[in-house]
Amino acid sequence: MKSFKTLLLGTAAAMVAVSGVYADGHEGKRGRDGEVKIIYWQAPSILNPYLSGGTKDIESASMIVEPLARFNDKGELVPYLVESIPTVENGGVSADLKTITWKIKPGIKWSDGTDFTSADVAFTAKYCMDPAGGCAQSAKFDGVDVVETPDPLTVVVKFKEPKPVPYAAFVGGQSPIIQAAQFAECLGAKAPECTEANFGPIGTGPFVVTNFKPNDVIQMKANENYREEGKPAFASVTFKGGGDAAAAGRAVMETGEFDYAWNMQLAPDVLKKMAEGGKGVPISAFGTLVERLEMNMTDPSPSLPEGERSTAKHPHPILSDERVRRALSMAIDRPLLVEIGYGQAGRPTCNLVPAPQAWASDNTACLTQDIEGAKKLLEDAGWKVGGSGFREKDGKVLKLTYQTSTNAVRQDFQAIIKQNWKDIGVDTELRNISGSVFFGGDPASPDTFQKFYADVEMYANNFDGTDPEQYLTQYTCEKAPRPETQWQGENINRYCNAEYDKLAVELGKTAELSKRQELAKRMNDMLTKDSMTIVPLVDRGRVSAASVTLGGIVLNTWDSELWNVADWYRKK
Amino acid sequence: MLFISLVIFLVIKLSPSDPTAGLPLTIPPDVREKIRESLGFNDPFHIQFLLWLKQLVYTEPKFWMNKLWGTDFEVGQRMISYATRSPVMDLVVQRIPQTLWVVGISYIVGILIAVPLGIISAYKQYSIFDQIGTFISMIGFSVPTFFTGVLMILLFSVTLGWFPSIYDTTHEITDWNSFLFQVKQSIMPIMVLGLFNAAQISRYMRASMLENLTQDYVRTARAKGVKERSVVLVHVLRNSMIPVVTVIALNLPSVFGGALITEQVFQVNGLGQLLILAIQGGDVPVVQTVTVIFAVLIVLFSLIADVLYGMLDPRIRYD
Repeated sequence: MKSFKTLLLGTAAAMVAVSGVYADGHEGKRGRDGEVKIIYWQAPSILNPYLSGGTKDIESASMIVEPLARFNDKGELVPYLVESIPTVENGGVSADLKTITWKIKPGIKWSDGTDFTSADVAFTAKYCMDPAGGCAQSAKFDGVDVVETPDPLTVVVKFKEPKPVPYAAFVGGQSPIIQAAQFAECLGAKAPECTEANFGPIGTGPFVVTNFKPNDVIQMKANENYREEGKPAFASVTFKGGGDAAAAGRAVMETGEFDYAWNMQLAPDVLKKMAEGGKGVPISAFGTLVERLEMNMTDPSPSLPEGERSTAKHPHPILSDERVRRALSMAIDRPLLVEIGYGQAGRPTCNLVPAPQAWASDNTACLTQDIEGAKKLLEDAGWKVGGSGFREKDGKVLKLTYQTSTNAVRQDFQAIIKQNWKDIGVDTELRNISGSVFFGGDPASPDTFQKFYADVEMYANNFDGTDPEQYLTQYTCEKAPRPETQWQGENINRYCNAEYDKLAVELGKTAELSKRQELAKRMNDMLTKDSMTIVPLVDRGRVSAASVTLGGIVLNTWDSELWNVADWYRKK
Repeated sequence: MLFISLVIFLVIKLSPSDPTAGLPLTIPPDVREKIRESLGFNDPFHIQFLLWLKQLVYTEPKFWMNKLWGTDFEVGQRMISYATRSPVMDLVVQRIPQTLWVVGISYIVGILIAVPLGIISAYKQYSIFDQIGTFISMIGFSVPTFFTGVLMILLFSVTLGWFPSIYDTTHEITDWNSFLFQVKQSIMPIMVLGLFNAAQISRYMRASMLENLTQDYVRTARAKGVKERSVVLVHVLRNSMIPVVTVIALNLPSVFGGALITEQVFQVNGLGQLLILAIQGGDVPVVQTVTVIFAVLIVLFSLIADVLYGMLDPRIRYD
């Protein structure tokens, strides 16, 4: 029911957006606004997303080829080439969760004028599931048994196992539908030989390729067979690739040569300076990437024998006390961290799952710094201020090692947090380790984030898509890195709670969306505000830049950034 | 050449480059392995190298003969780039005109500036003109092109708004106005590279002129009453050009190296940019082919320098 409601809300939102367009007086003939120029500082090398997993290729191709359904800017599924999103409630997904039935909108045509049918969808699955093809998106088709086409407008996908979330194949920019007629000769090992098709796929999207120079530029024109009247507003697109983020930002915000620039990975002050150019503005949106502190629940002390350090055998002497962890979180000035490190591209958060909205817990207690409260908690826990100015208990000083990867922003964060902790009487020793070692996962190295030979560590992580199931089930007891698993495993904190494990199993069996969201929120809260095992700091967003004359842009972190390019128009 | 290409191949293969390294982390390791396999990345070294060699010297020439003269050879699988899954040679051919336009003109501009600058600097040694010329060429020599390039963009594109900061590679010259636009958009990359070249060549020109100006034959010529103008521009210049021509010819391939960075700064879609993107993307066939092309150019231009010697200096004869 909830999903239907979110769907309705989504539709309502879309209608509001549409009426907004009308209010601005931006309806009219297709191609009325001339040319739009987009710049990606990574250049697209191919327009077939199945042969390249690169973001630049997927996003540029998303203007040409479309999936059956997309995620909107709130992370909700919206139908594109189908009439509605199949769910258990509306009968589109079978009760045993092993079949999903998509109903294609009638009358959709490919850009070459032929009909779009279920056969094209089935062909797409065949294309990507061919073992010799090296399909980059084959994970999207995991568990798919067979794709059936009972009639030209119906696609039935059957899974080998029950799939509570069957929205991977044919959903989102990574998994668009390609035309069976065009790619018929390109199956398997022949896939790379079809240069012409890979460089100019026929699609159902708002634009058609007219000229593609790999690793450089794409020229497109409006698709005359696009299903919506009066869209796209632009008659042609120049999609330039290459250079660097600074050059792209300059071209949009300072010289105004381009209308839209992707992924402005620039320091906040550089971005601000560019925006003063006045030709364009930075726009931002948030996904699920969270910079966080991870508390070690086990003892990393070097005095322990190798193989027992940082394992469940020895609980952490200081951080096992929940009050200490909470005090450490309360002492942190998150808004300051955001201002210094990310500017517009970040916001303080207390959640491990900060988005999509429907999945995010209402958890904001950590946002304001509370030094006094933190001091009091430490007093209660028996840590009294000693002669050195730092707190002591049983003759032991409250001192922590805090490690992260080498990166200017992370080192700034370390310095600020060290100061915050000093204010409540906690001594901190900082370490930074080269990213290639820290994230390298080499079981022989003592410095990997999995081994966690420190008390606290900091990094960022996110999850793919909008459903955090796999992400949250990383924190079950058995996923803790330990010598027996070659130090592999995602439960970095060695958090272990039988109740949490039970919830994880339940989540794997639940299909109803509202229940899943409920469970995910509970699990998120258990890890964050209830136990302070994971101390989230900043929700890191994405920043792009758009010309002040460009209208209709809705930045989306759940799908291609260019997902709604058909709705873009020129402000007059 | 065979040896050069083998060394290049081994260097690329031994470096930890991976065509799937640039993919998002959400693509699982087993899918990556399948991609590598489908690209032939996991084949043994010698097979990969021999296949590449066969494609370069056997398959590709046949393809181009078919294309140019309409012959009808059977063409096998052409060399395929990892990132674009298209024939490498098509990419190279697509990019050569831009590189020739920008690098070629910048070199000519560089020579046109450098030769007179060198002559005057030497003739009026330690004059103000010489001092300024030395200063400018020192700057051109020591400041890298990625710095002068960005500086020029900030000055002429952002502040003054005269020239576009990003090269429009789809531009076609159809009339006078579009030609003017082409000049406008290439003027900055050409000047950046031109300054760099001029700096180098003018130093050699000046040194060589200075050496010749004090020679006996110059005094003899002057004593004979030859006009000063022809003493300098005919007698001295011709003799001074010999080492300069060597430098010009030998430096030409290295200009492609300088163009590597300049092309990236201005986003000119030339060979240099192709090479940089290919290195970043672990695209072995493209890196391999483009570097070998550069190697061929170096050998070729050394040869040209040798031949030019003979023409300029009658004392050298190849029998």
